[in-house]
Amino acid sequence: MSKFLNLSIPVFGGIALLIGLAFGMSSRNHNAEKIETLETRLAQISEHASNAEKATKVQSDRAVELETKLAEIEEVYAELAKNGSDLTQAAPAVPGTLGIGRPAHAKEIAAWDVDVLPDGRGLPEGSGDVFVGEEVFAEKCAACHGDFAEGVDNWPVLAGGFDTLADKDPVKTVGSYWPHLSTAWDYINRSMPFGAAGTLTPDETYAIVAYILYSNDLVDDEFVLSKDNFSEFEMYNKDGFVIDDRPATEYANWQGEPCMSDCKDEVNITMRSVFLVDTPPEGGSDSVPNMATIDGLPSFTKEGPSFIPVAEEKPVEENVEKASLATPSAEVAGTADLIKAGKKVFKKCSACHQVGDKAKNRSGPVLNGIVGRTFGTVDGFKYSKVFKAAAEEGRVWDEANLAEFLKKPKAYMKQTKMSFSGLKKDEDLMAIIEYLKSTGQ
Amino acid sequence: MHEKSKVRSRRSFLKGSAAVLTGSVVAGSSQASDPDPLITELQDWASSTGVGVDETPYGMPISFESHVVRRNVEWLTADPISSINFTPIHALDGTITPQGCAFERHHSGAIELRKEDYRLMINGLVDRELVFTYDDLERFPRENHVYFCECAANTGMEWAGAQLNGAQFTHGMIHNMEYTGIPLRALLNEAGADISSDKWVYVEGADASSNGRSIPMEKALDDVLVAFKANGEALRMEHGYPVRLVVPGWEGNMWVKWLRRIEVSDAPVESREETSKYTDVLEDGSARKWTWVMDAKSVITSPSPQMPIKHGAGPMVISGLAWSGHGQITRVDVSKDGGITWETARLGKQGDKKALTRFYLDTNWDGAPMLLQARAMDDTGYVQPTKEQLRNQRGENSVYHNNCIQTWYVNTQGIAENVEVS
Repeated sequence: MSKFLNLSIPVFGGIALLIGLAFGMSSRNHNAEKIETLETRLAQISEHASNAEKATKVQSDRAVELETKLAEIEEVYAELAKNGSDLTQAAPAVPGTLGIGRPAHAKEIAAWDVDVLPDGRGLPEGSGDVFVGEEVFAEKCAACHGDFAEGVDNWPVLAGGFDTLADKDPVKTVGSYWPHLSTAWDYINRSMPFGAAGTLTPDETYAIVAYILYSNDLVDDEFVLSKDNFSEFEMYNKDGFVIDDRPATEYANWQGEPCMSDCKDEVNITMRSVFLVDTPPEGGSDSVPNMATIDGLPSFTKEGPSFIPVAEEKPVEENVEKASLATPSAEVAGTADLIKAGKKVFKKCSACHQVGDKAKNRSGPVLNGIVGRTFGTVDGFKYSKVFKAAAEEGRVWDEANLAEFLKKPKAYMKQTKMSFSGLKKDEDLMAIIEYLKSTGQ
Repeated sequence: MHEKSKVRSRRSFLKGSAAVLTGSVVAGSSQASDPDPLITELQDWASSTGVGVDETPYGMPISFESHVVRRNVEWLTADPISSINFTPIHALDGTITPQGCAFERHHSGAIELRKEDYRLMINGLVDRELVFTYDDLERFPRENHVYFCECAANTGMEWAGAQLNGAQFTHGMIHNMEYTGIPLRALLNEAGADISSDKWVYVEGADASSNGRSIPMEKALDDVLVAFKANGEALRMEHGYPVRLVVPGWEGNMWVKWLRRIEVSDAPVESREETSKYTDVLEDGSARKWTWVMDAKSVITSPSPQMPIKHGAGPMVISGLAWSGHGQITRVDVSKDGGITWETARLGKQGDKKALTRFYLDTNWDGAPMLLQARAMDDTGYVQPTKEQLRNQRGENSVYHNNCIQTWYVNTQGIAENVEVS
């Protein structure tokens, strides 16, 4: 406030001086005309002075206002400083805008704003039927999701699983779990196929979605999905969701001063880690089934553990030095290492062959339990003539002939369809055979 | 239930074990019989010269620490491009996660997006639909905040029981960084957004997965950041370079990387990541959706399966991390006997809201087996539940939001294992 008042004093002083000068001039000169002019001028000056005074008043009022505000802020800072706080502040909110950025072009918005809402908003014109969908799906989706949307390997299963959501291992598919059809359309359109996202036409997307519904037995094979009938479609699990109710159902239960002593009478170990995890220097990790059982472990009371296990678990002691937790014996460890190495070698085969519980015939047969099996006898695989002949002869795979075959397939089995040149290194052969032996039946 | 011959009193064990344990004590920690050549002999590094300042324009950790890396578990997912790896939390201390070992989760791989090619669009229910360049963003007033980012599936495998042996694998889908960024509300203001409370902000990434999530307006106006720096330097590619969203306290999937679009809308999109994923199936088969907040949680990082006790009985530090998506960690209790008795741990320093807090229990190990547990409390009064409490509430099929109390069984050799207890 004071700053503004000080400034205003010279302004008023200047005006008074002007007025005084004007009177002095008029008393020396009696020219009436001049007086009149001077009086007019005087009136003008007074008016200006009065206006200036009003403006100054407005400014000084504003100054008072600002000074008050400043005082308030200073008070807050003084308080903060007194409490040992610092001058940190959130980024200031900007009144109005900063004028940063440029207007988005309509075509830019059209290119990026393609999300689709449950009510169908955002869908483009178009349609697709189950038959076209099956073709597109086979070409662009089935490599991962399977011909019938059943999922390959760990890739998502898209069909089936109805009424399994309360089971031990629920199967959450588009059919059994997804509450909105728009989610499928939106996701496929924007994010699929994996590795070529954003390349589907609207009609292809409609067709794929129609086929996924068909795979789930939710529509018949005549079904055509289009923008027009889209929002009518109701998903099986549309009412299966509740909005986060943890605040109501959980938080009140898990509050307050927790127990600090005598909280339980006895504690027992009920389960040990399913996998031990090896962390090799080259990175990644190897999960190794943990063979240890809960037998012989102490139980705990407030007196401490019920007994101290005698340190006879030699393997465990070795583990400390090796920083590895899974070496039951040298021999088994050797086999385990071979299996591990073989699993890596198998990557060369996995484009055509599968192993494991969910293995299916691809362009090559399933290889579970190959060692000890008769040639050419995997159900459902179309073998070449040379393998059919070997099957009739009753030839059986063993480690020796498998090694010979894998070393140079076309030499061992002339006219085999397998287009693999062979494994040159003996250690690779040993490893992969050990791995294949570990795959069971 | 146990063979009687094995049952010994604790005291007799301790006497008997003293000799065994001394054997494993490393040189230097007790009266040395011979002088240590590392001290008495001139070492090469103390005589010849080391590496010059022009050798390492950008440094990596020294080779001796090369085991402290992110690791993945191959069989968890179909393909490493759409997968996750784990922060080596067992080997870190303090609270800040170095970017280079902070866990990654991608749905279509990490992409290289130049700042020059970066565009951020804001559209929908706004007065001005705008496009920003990277340079534009740096002109807005910005803030610094430390926040944890936890994948909703962190500890998710443990619903079905103790699965993987290591804090890195059970709890490593988390990192904690200091972010520099613009409050999202500033961008909403710049565009003249309709910020009424029933509106939603849909955010979307630029990568092929096009990950998109719907955020209610209240949160968008609260503490969400549009971030471009972490721990003082540019974000790493794998964390969304050049710009990611930071959604404090809420599940990591919402922290959209390579953020390219912000749409103000009158309804949630119900995208794939907020319906088919990141929804939590309960015991009766119904599912919770919009479970955004990460509840209070803690884990002992050392000792843990990857961090055995190597020094035998004696003074030691039990250390771990605690965090809460609701606010600040106020207290962590540690139990050595599976939850019968608890001791309150020391907090390394008062944690920031929605950031990791480091805790320590400075203690003496008597060499007997332990069942180690930690229990976090936050400033809402929430107490971290046990596995049993969580399962009783939700069943075992939720996949996400498992914030149970973790148990490590430490045997007499100091080796720790992931277990479940009664």
